[in-house]
Amino acid sequence: MLSTKTKIGLVFFPAFDWAIDPTHPEREERLLYTQDQVFEEGLFDIDGIEEFKPGLVTVHDIQRVHFCVPSVEAVTTESHLISAGGAKTIGQAVLDKKIERGFALVRPPGHHAMRVVHGARGFCNINIEAVMIEYLRQAYGVRKVAIVDTDCHHGDGTQDIYWHDPDTLFISIHQDGRTLYPGSGFAQEMGGPTAIGTTVNIPLPPKTGEAGIIQAVEEIVLPILDDFKPDLIVNSAGQDNHYTDPITNMNFTAQGYAKITSLLKPDIAVLEGGYSIEGALPYVNVGIVLAMAGLDYSKVVEPDNTPDKTYQPAEVTNWINSIKETTLNNWQNRENLRRQALKDNEFATRSRSIYYDTDNIGERQHETIKVCPDCAGTIKIASSSDLGKHILAVHIPLHACDVCKETGYSWFESADAGNYDQAMLQDRTEDQFLSKTL
Amino acid sequence: MIIGLDVGGTHTDVVLLGASGLVRELKVPTDQSNLFETVLTGLKRITENIPPESITRAVFSTTLTTNAVVQKKFPPVGIIVTAGPGIDPALFSIGDHYYTASGSVDHRGRELEPVNPVEIQKIAQELASQGVRYVGVISKFSVRNPAHELAIEAELKGKFEKVFLSHEISGHLNFPRRIATTYLNAAVYPIHKEFFSAVQQSLENRGFQFPIRILKPDGGTMNFAASIDYPGQTMLSGPAASVMGAISHADPNSESLVLDIGGTTTDMAILVNGVPLLDPTGIELAGFKTLIRAMHTRSIGLGGDSLVSITDGKLMIGPDRQGQAMAFGGSHPTPTDALAVLGKLPKGDREAAIRGIEPIAKALGLTVEAAAHRIFDEASKIILSAANEMIDQINSKPVYTVHELLEGYQVKPKEILVLGGPALFFADQLKTHTSMKVRVVPNWQVANAIGAAMARTTCEVTLFADTQLGRANAPEESFSEAIDKRFDDKKAVEMAFSLLKEKAIQMGAIEKNIEMELIENQQFNMVRGFFTTGKNIRIKVQVKPGLIKGNDLYSDR
Repeated sequence: MLSTKTKIGLVFFPAFDWAIDPTHPEREERLLYTQDQVFEEGLFDIDGIEEFKPGLVTVHDIQRVHFCVPSVEAVTTESHLISAGGAKTIGQAVLDKKIERGFALVRPPGHHAMRVVHGARGFCNINIEAVMIEYLRQAYGVRKVAIVDTDCHHGDGTQDIYWHDPDTLFISIHQDGRTLYPGSGFAQEMGGPTAIGTTVNIPLPPKTGEAGIIQAVEEIVLPILDDFKPDLIVNSAGQDNHYTDPITNMNFTAQGYAKITSLLKPDIAVLEGGYSIEGALPYVNVGIVLAMAGLDYSKVVEPDNTPDKTYQPAEVTNWINSIKETTLNNWQNRENLRRQALKDNEFATRSRSIYYDTDNIGERQHETIKVCPDCAGTIKIASSSDLGKHILAVHIPLHACDVCKETGYSWFESADAGNYDQAMLQDRTEDQFLSKTL
Repeated sequence: MIIGLDVGGTHTDVVLLGASGLVRELKVPTDQSNLFETVLTGLKRITENIPPESITRAVFSTTLTTNAVVQKKFPPVGIIVTAGPGIDPALFSIGDHYYTASGSVDHRGRELEPVNPVEIQKIAQELASQGVRYVGVISKFSVRNPAHELAIEAELKGKFEKVFLSHEISGHLNFPRRIATTYLNAAVYPIHKEFFSAVQQSLENRGFQFPIRILKPDGGTMNFAASIDYPGQTMLSGPAASVMGAISHADPNSESLVLDIGGTTTDMAILVNGVPLLDPTGIELAGFKTLIRAMHTRSIGLGGDSLVSITDGKLMIGPDRQGQAMAFGGSHPTPTDALAVLGKLPKGDREAAIRGIEPIAKALGLTVEAAAHRIFDEASKIILSAANEMIDQINSKPVYTVHELLEGYQVKPKEILVLGGPALFFADQLKTHTSMKVRVVPNWQVANAIGAAMARTTCEVTLFADTQLGRANAPEESFSEAIDKRFDDKKAVEMAFSLLKEKAIQMGAIEKNIEMELIENQQFNMVRGFFTTGKNIRIKVQVKPGLIKGNDLYSDR
């Protein structure tokens, strides 16, 4: 009888009755062949692998992370509550020590969902990792969290949510933004003034193969994780770096995914993208599960895997070496950069246009952060969308100082009907969410 | 009339049923080392002075194959597997003659790598030279396409007494379980065949011509001919017999918890509207995880003869058993002794029972009567808490659609049906700890044998259709048919039902008795690029477990 080295938990929720639309990559069929492979392998029978039924997240769980416009109900379906709930179930099981590690094999995904949500972008409505992490911080007092996003697309939503949070290290390895949606994730994107350095972007050129991604993990991600010393490591385990993926251009493999899982040793992995539903997902998922459990995965090889398909050109290797230098320099220089940023201004602002490709909505944002030497700093976001909604969103961080907390409340209270339709306040210190229509 | 015979751990219960009900009932002691004699004695006594032609059939539930598995008394069995991408098949090694060979099929049944006949011939030679006569063949995803198992079978032809192919044994995806299930079928085949051939021969010698049926752990029966091909399905039928015995007394419009309180164990199961709830995968026995369809049951080591002891000042009941109750000549106190102390047993040596309970009472600082009451009460609590755990486990089973997760069916029994030796005494005590109605099944001492006698034939069919590949397959039924692009789930369900009916009749069902139901119906559009290229359809249908109608006592063959 097979038994694991590490006791792991799985939530498998393929949402066989949910799709964005019938021919969309994010459709009912997506995890069908993965289910076939997982069942045929008998993974749930292995001693040391436990399957959990996903719970549902609550509206309040979502409001810890997001400002949903006009409400959580308006921008989510039950499927999102279950998908985030699956991640939460795994997180709870890990922190309750029922399992050592866990994998939420759920859909729909979440890593393109930003702090303000007007609709779906990049197939995502709510950020399932962030909803889980903030729940775990609230319920278990977890502080330092590292998120390693190995989806082929830049995890711009997760980056946005943790842009100003020095307690969350966000590392994204992805195909270069000049060649793929969402077009962001460059090395110089390093976080806001109070959290410079805890956002790390590792953009890789198209045709990066097994060697390149493993190199990025071994030589960039692992040293940074070692430095940061997180209490919890979360892997946004997108599977679209695979050589058969229809919407990306990388040359990664199931063996590679299993290998980086065994290197990263995430406490919690959460499925993100991956749309090669027959050629990749069945094998990649089995590989990840076996690697997490400490079982042999050497025979998990795609049937059509030949060297030409996973070949990494020499210029790609050179490029990765230079990215490595840049990101590691940035990381080592982060304290200086932060000191610089803190003394420059009392407030910092940024203005952005955000496009919701899935729902075809345009959003304009103006964000202000109180650059605080004592905490992560309170944030206010003025946001309006094509749908005509104009809101003010105020976020008081979990470990906010009294001054920042007061600032947050005064921003919220002084929001006026002339400028906004709705004001919302996320007070993480009190685990409280307030909303008022103006 | 029908004979029902259920071999239990201590007693074998035998009944004779006629149109008006129970004609004769008796118990014979079970001799586990000679089940053949036990069965023959039971049959001889139940048929005494009964005209042979008035008996239409006999249904058996025995511990024969279960014991063989538990004791791992197996003949040499050869296993040949082919796998492909995934977990290394060497890790699933079972038995002393396990071979992995080349050949691979993917999740949709497409060939990735062919079988190598030369390699199989070599394995066959080795197996034969080692005296192996029974072989199991398992290829990964054979339930999607059995071609490789069939190709290997063709190579083995004429060289072995019996070859079992995994796709004929189960239609379920689960390669390691198919390996274990195929292995067990091959391993118990000779003992099963020999046993029932001998029973049949002995009946014929005495002028009885009636057909033999065997109870399966899902609460259904199969005829002797079918059991030769699926001998694994004779395992662990005991709990199913009891549950079938309780069915006719269950509330047909709600959920019931069935408790069979025996000497060594208490077995529990759930009825939903009078139909037993089945396990989603299959039985687990002696470390083997199988795909043998079974009722969802739980067995705990607590029965009338369980050992009562004090450990660290705490009262413990079971899970061990050290022979009989002291009231019946045993050497250790048991719940049965507690009953004797309380004066609830018509038979038995009450003085001996008191001697057994005394030290327990002393340790607990109670009178002997109070201690006896505590034991009895504690046993009831343990049983109920185990039942609640089982129900929680059923209700927390993962589901894979939003609809099921939100609207998911939750089991909540409203009544408890109790049977087995001490049923009568336990029923009252259980009442004090639960809000559920508690009832004792009539004929509670032989209800299991009645259940076996009254069980109808059950079976299941899995159909898989892929309109892009243009085929509908039900490998278990050796069925494969070309389909066109217009084929859909409605047609697939029709096809599955017609296969099911055919299968049920072949296994011994009476046509008008076949109550079929759809248990899984999934249809996915397969999209490649931006175009729908076909439909992927998965259907499961079954004849659910249930009882034959009264007038079928005579209409059967």
